[in-house]
Amino acid sequence: MKPFRFERPENAEGAVATLTASGAEHARYLGGGTNLVDLMRLGVETPDLLVDVARLGHDAVRETDGGGLRVGAAVRNSDLARDPLLRTRYPMVSQALLSGASPQLRNLATIGGNLLQRTRCAYFTDTSLDCNKRDPGSGCGALDGEHRNHAILGHSAACIATHPSDLAVALTAVGAEVLVEGAAGERHIPMPGLHRLPGDAPERDTVLDPGDLIVAIQLPPLEAARRSSYRKVRDRASFSFAVVSVAAALQCDEDGTIRDVRIALGGVAHAPWRAERAEEELRGGPATAERFAAAAAAELDQARPLEQNAFKVPLARNLIVTVLADLAGVAA
Amino acid sequence: MTPVSAATIDGLRRIEGRDKVTGAARYAYEQQIEGVATAVAVTSTIAKGRIHGFDAGETLAHPRVLEVLTYENAPRVAEDADSEPELAVLQTSAVAYHGQVVALVIAETLEAAREGARLLAVEYREQTPDVELSDSHPGLYKPDKVNAGFPTDEGTGDPDRALEKADLVVDAVYSTPNDHNQPMEPHATVATWSDDGHLTLYDSTQGAPMAANSVSKILGVDSGRVRIISHHVGGGFGSKGTPRPNVILAALAAQALGRPVKLALTRQQLFTMVGYRTPTIQRVRLGANADGTLTALVHEAFEQSSTIKEFAEQTTTCSRVMYASPNRRTAHRLVRLDVPTPSWKRAPGEAPGMFALESAIDELAVAAGMDPIALRIANEPDVEPETGRRFSSRNLVACLREGARQFGWDERDPTPGVRREGRFLVGSGVAASTYPARRQPSSATARANDDGTYLVRIGAADIGTGARTALTRIAATALDVDPSRVVVEIGDSALPFAMLAGGSMGTASWGSAVVKACRALVEQGGGEVEVDTKEEVAADADLAKHGFGAQFAQVRVDIDSGETRVDRMLGVFAVGKVIEPRLARSQLIGGMVMGLGMALMEEAILDPRTGATVNHDFAGYHVPVNADVTDVEATWIEEEDAELNPMGSKGIGEIGITGAPAAIANAVFHATGRRVRDLPIRLDRLL
Ligand SMILES: Cc1cc2nc3c(=O)[nH]c(=O)nc-3n(C[C@H](O)[C@H](O)[C@H](O)COP(=O)(O)OP(=O)(O)OC[C@H]3O[C@@H](n4cnc5c(N)ncnc54)[C@H](O)[C@@H]3O)c2cc1C
Ligand code: SF4
Repeated sequence: MKPFRFERPENAEGAVATLTASGAEHARYLGGGTNLVDLMRLGVETPDLLVDVARLGHDAVRETDGGGLRVGAAVRNSDLARDPLLRTRYPMVSQALLSGASPQLRNLATIGGNLLQRTRCAYFTDTSLDCNKRDPGSGCGALDGEHRNHAILGHSAACIATHPSDLAVALTAVGAEVLVEGAAGERHIPMPGLHRLPGDAPERDTVLDPGDLIVAIQLPPLEAARRSSYRKVRDRASFSFAVVSVAAALQCDEDGTIRDVRIALGGVAHAPWRAERAEEELRGGPATAERFAAAAAAELDQARPLEQNAFKVPLARNLIVTVLADLAGVAA
Repeated sequence: MTPVSAATIDGLRRIEGRDKVTGAARYAYEQQIEGVATAVAVTSTIAKGRIHGFDAGETLAHPRVLEVLTYENAPRVAEDADSEPELAVLQTSAVAYHGQVVALVIAETLEAAREGARLLAVEYREQTPDVELSDSHPGLYKPDKVNAGFPTDEGTGDPDRALEKADLVVDAVYSTPNDHNQPMEPHATVATWSDDGHLTLYDSTQGAPMAANSVSKILGVDSGRVRIISHHVGGGFGSKGTPRPNVILAALAAQALGRPVKLALTRQQLFTMVGYRTPTIQRVRLGANADGTLTALVHEAFEQSSTIKEFAEQTTTCSRVMYASPNRRTAHRLVRLDVPTPSWKRAPGEAPGMFALESAIDELAVAAGMDPIALRIANEPDVEPETGRRFSSRNLVACLREGARQFGWDERDPTPGVRREGRFLVGSGVAASTYPARRQPSSATARANDDGTYLVRIGAADIGTGARTALTRIAATALDVDPSRVVVEIGDSALPFAMLAGGSMGTASWGSAVVKACRALVEQGGGEVEVDTKEEVAADADLAKHGFGAQFAQVRVDIDSGETRVDRMLGVFAVGKVIEPRLARSQLIGGMVMGLGMALMEEAILDPRTGATVNHDFAGYHVPVNADVTDVEATWIEEEDAELNPMGSKGIGEIGITGAPAAIANAVFHATGRRVRDLPIRLDRLL
């Protein structure tokens, strides 16, 4: 592992200042380290400076006015998952967290680090292989190589990777906001909107600038989210990244008309994928299995599956339909 | 034959169990050796070609890096090391596969060694590699023999004609992928040379005495000067059956530096440097009369090896043992590719072979409209089909019947694809298991101590199987004393020479020597004795000796996603006398769980252009986790077999994996009506 400097500032301003003023060519914030340290061991990340941001006091889950939640960036994944308010108001977020990694990892992993974890594309994590994300211009090894678990939506010739976070998918369905402290002060970034599609700059996972520090996540009050769920399909029963996942929330009027619906997909794109077209199709109409299927089809019309992952299209469709049908209490 | 139920299982607890869970047990890499330096292996990033040069400038500039060894400066190994090309490390510029060792960086600390390895620049002259196995590859050939010395091809009668005339024919192609051993403890060695040229290796090995012999040959050192100590081994599954590059690398580095060196392979390196199960493509053809009697059995396997070493897995030998058929052909064809060298993984041959054969038998049962258990019973042979030899014991039918009873098989409706529980299609399947029961000569000493305790010494290995505990029981029984009065010393090449823990032969081979030593000691009335079992083994009756079993699986397949989960697995085995029930059950269950992994998830993927193993870590290469293993039970029937060894035991380490994948695949067919012939049964293969 490349030798690095380690700093532990007192507060957010200190952290941002330490990182931006360091002059270090490669500097990184360190949350739980469960992703970053692995990548450092593999030589994928080679920071000169690590700034510990797990102890800046961003470790509380607070209720906000109107019934939302504000979650500190350093809150551990396991602590947030079992927060009683989160579980009643946003069950899909808790389920998404609990579907990720293992208990040991969740005890260490922070919310900020979770959102900024890097892709699991095997070409990215092996420095002997070509990868535009790790080494811009070297080529995308996965494109003509192994890509069964790569993107079907929003990818580019430069990169076909997916974003691996389960939490990010649920937060995208909720429409959470990411509070960022940067060199230029504080900003709010809505989700979707934090993670980018690859375009011709796959080296950039997100819209954050170097030095930007996530200090909190804000979950807006959302009635629909009380009836929500997260379903994750994977290659074994636990401790495995999503092949495809769906976070969905559904709120119907008494006559069965859909008042609000939120759908986000994981495992299908470089960013958690908010299924806006499907939501559009559904809002204001009855909650029936046929309409769920039509909405899923409308969303997945845009899919451009690759040679090895065409199965993700019917898989995503099936998941959208059954998750919504379960929430609506109708047969799929 | 009375069935044994798991509920009644008891017996000795693992002798070193407490040391293991408290961390007191020292594994190879944990030995504290004064002045030890740490090495890290650097592996090739091309699959075919030559090393053009190294730039070690930055590496050597690292203040804590001590040395970089490459083929340019590493000590030479013995001339006749050519016979073990995987161990002739750092001797040539040629690269035969992606992930082959090309250099070793040695430093004061692990961190510095890793950083030194990262900074080492290796330049290659790359050629286009060929890494894809197919059944029409122009390079396919017939090896002289296959692993464990079995004939490559074999048969009787005229199977082609019999197939033409058969009422029922199954003709199907099955495939299994690269499966990896991946023991929890990686391959690791600490090497120290003494001033007078003695080499001591703390190593993680399945057989210290045999490993010491090979190491002495490779290094050209007198065998009396190499000692391997291996008290605890965190699994091997065959991959530690012979020394791996880590042993020689550590020894060469310690020699070059003149100080002790330790080396552990990384998880990634375990995917290329320590063997794996070859992928197989298997064509099985069965011909049968309308009543299900087999008239023809053809089983042909296509598999791979590396360009530097021939390893031909004995994939079809199970078809020479399992069923009676007047016409039979079994064959193996091999192609040498620019891939890592395959080797033994738990039940080489039987594990992939029984997937294909037992799937095909299930397909025949469907075609014949017969119950698959009845079909198997109808084709039960009187003698071993290949050799005509009598079976020392064969209780497959008893296992099938007892398993059917415990599993509730008789209530099963054979119609596929009709049981729906919510989102899931549910089904069950059965398959047979088999594995040879063999033994090899070993030696042992036994001593009566003045305080009434006994010391038994043998160069055996406990790779997590509980061998230390089982041998204690065997010795105590032979001495007719309480096991608490017996100490068994194993895991050291300085102990009496013994067979390695492999081929499910460990307990049979070591136990034979231990019983002989203990009986001789009793006869002698005390003192100390040393024995070996060469004569006994040479005089063993020429019989067909195999363990058998029946495995049952119940699965559910999610109709939305194609995810398959195993609700229940039951194995009933006939494996001679079971020596320690608790340990036996854990071995059998362990094999079955590994079979579950083989069935549903294990698969290493090579990039077709670079030959790199793409998913070379535990995030990408899935093995079963607790949540995958909900209800697995293994039991056995009491089997008497006096013609094996003094204990009457058959090996149990490997039989559990055989048949498990087919039982699951057959259950998937029963659940969904879809026959998946390619492992693993990934969700996209069912969607
Ligand atoms: C074996 C394994 C299995 C896993 N399985 C899953 C899974 O199924 N689903 C899933 O979602 N995840 C999974 N994960 C990933 C896991 O969730 C992440 O590793 C974890 O959430 C990262 O959090 P961390 O605090 O450890 O981040 P770190 O490793 O500390 O940091 C990750 C990145 O975020 C940056 N960073 C951290 N905090 C901040 C901040 N406050 N502001 C700005 N940048 C920051 C770091 O610089 C780094 O680039 C798995 C991980 C492992 C190792
Ligand atoms: S998909 Fe993206 S991350 Fe993967 S190899 Fe291509 S560029 Fe790299």
